[in-house]
Amino acid sequence: MNGLFAPRDLVVAGLLTFLALVPVYVALTGNAFLMTLFTRIVILAMAATSLNLILGYGGMVSFGHAVYLGVGGYAVGILAYEGATSGFLQWPVAIGASALLALIVGALSLRTRGVYFIMITLAFAQLVYYFGVGLDRYGADDGLTVYRRSQFAGLINLSNRTVFYYLCLALLVGTIYLVWRLVNSRFGLVIQGARSNDRRMQAIGFPTFRYRLTCFVIAGAICGLAGALLANHTGFISPATMHWTRSGDLIVMVVLGGMASLFGPLIGAVTLLVLEELLPPLIRMLASPFMEQSMAARVAEYWQIILGPLFLLVVLYARGGINGMLESVRRG
Amino acid sequence: MLLFLEQCLNGLQFGLLLFLLAAGLTLVFGIMDLVNLAHGSLYMIGAYFAATFVALTDSFVIGAVLALIATLVVGMAVEVVAMRRLYGRDHLDHVLGTFGLILFFNELVRIVWGPAGLTLRVPDWLNTSVRVLPGLDYPTYRIAIIVSALLVALFLYVLVMRTRIGMLIRAGASNREMVGALGININLLYTLVFGLGAALAALAGLMQAPIQTVQIGMGENILILAFVVIIIGGIGSIRGAFVAAIMVGLIDTVCRAFLPDVLRLVLSSRGASTVAPAMSSMLVYFLMAVVLVVRPAGLFPVANK
Repeated sequence: MNGLFAPRDLVVAGLLTFLALVPVYVALTGNAFLMTLFTRIVILAMAATSLNLILGYGGMVSFGHAVYLGVGGYAVGILAYEGATSGFLQWPVAIGASALLALIVGALSLRTRGVYFIMITLAFAQLVYYFGVGLDRYGADDGLTVYRRSQFAGLINLSNRTVFYYLCLALLVGTIYLVWRLVNSRFGLVIQGARSNDRRMQAIGFPTFRYRLTCFVIAGAICGLAGALLANHTGFISPATMHWTRSGDLIVMVVLGGMASLFGPLIGAVTLLVLEELLPPLIRMLASPFMEQSMAARVAEYWQIILGPLFLLVVLYARGGINGMLESVRRG
Repeated sequence: MLLFLEQCLNGLQFGLLLFLLAAGLTLVFGIMDLVNLAHGSLYMIGAYFAATFVALTDSFVIGAVLALIATLVVGMAVEVVAMRRLYGRDHLDHVLGTFGLILFFNELVRIVWGPAGLTLRVPDWLNTSVRVLPGLDYPTYRIAIIVSALLVALFLYVLVMRTRIGMLIRAGASNREMVGALGININLLYTLVFGLGAALAALAGLMQAPIQTVQIGMGENILILAFVVIIIGGIGSIRGAFVAAIMVGLIDTVCRAFLPDVLRLVLSSRGASTVAPAMSSMLVYFLMAVVLVVRPAGLFPVANK
């Protein structure tokens, strides 16, 4: 029982060390692209971690979680557009607006079960998506450019890429810590109890609806904060952030990494986004001995034809995701 | 008034198209309990096949029939290779697995047909208009869509309610093991039902193709509308899908046509033309949310589900 050397823990420790050292590597090599990529990964890992709270631990398959990314982003974008660039205003508004939306959506959706829940969260997400498309003043379909990153009165300078990266990483670690505290608390046990048998939890006296709704709102608020970070990172927000396929991506991250596991969404986000970057050159490398360079480059463009079936294989043969695979290595 | 009538016909046409897509989805959903996000990909593939075969054979009808058969075969192949393994799994697994299939099909289409879209022309003999009422000329092609979709709806009703195959389908929906125990090859039945759904999606795709362009991802937004339809109608109910499809089609089309004028009273004309389409799209999802809150199992719930 030497838990310290379990493969999963080693991978997680290695991953966190790597994430902490990314800016150092970037400073040494001057590879700015890597910084941009990993800032994005860290932010989306935060969104995926918040989704895991409801999807993995709570069993609530929300198919509209990307909406909170959009709401948080639009809170930053719209306030900046109207001249309010203070992060002390923008970020609480981003969190508050997402929490409020999650409260409304959750209150209505949590009455339904199973596939109806998947579909009603999707419907609300589409509703908000089209609301974004109709925001004529704020760029409608084309989106809104955020010219200035949130200002924190000189306390912290988000325009510095390294500072911004470490802030995102700190918030991600904070989110994972929060989820860890939550799921191991009485509150978290009720949520997980309601996932496996809601009726029994009610029978022993827990008003599970209220617990589940609270959980739904917390997840939405965290994802809203991630959205505020994302808008600061890309300097841009558009309805495309809220498209249902983006919500699908978040679900993929959670399931790929491992549902209802603390670091699963982080592993999933890193795997998915790094795969997206690595698959094209990898295919190109493997294909180049068999064909001309230009042909190999063309073949490499079709990397999604490998990624898609990969999801199917994970569903069919790796129920616990990557986290589950690593755990089964330990069990032998 | 005539304009309103014309928009209602457009709405009816769009609704019937949605019904074709939703019918396959609700059959698969109701009978195999499978959430198939890749249904929109079959719609796209049907349109691509049609554009190709019509160009090859120089005949709209022959090309359309070939496209239907080809998509039927693709659908059955997908069922045997992938979907069959997903039955009995969690809905989340269906969402994820079929989401992967969407990526796969989009990329496959890009490899086979290239990234640029295709066009499918309305054949000359349908590219006319018919005087429906004095003062109202309506395109023959759209009338052809309405008539053929209604015929398909009738065919589906007869197939499911009046034939032996339909009886087996309904039996398979309520108790899979029992049907298998009575000596019916349930796997073959499921493959056939999935192929039928694929062909219906292809029919919708190829009929819509001349109205919009044939392009990658064309099935993704209309797929969500088809899901809205089957949720409003009640999962597994073809009658529900029919009623809900026409409701959604009418709301979407009529609001899109008349909301700009209404909004222009309160907004600038540029603002109204941006907000109106977004608002009419929102109305459909709003309707679904209301239906689910009031009747969580849809308008025509299927018993034992």
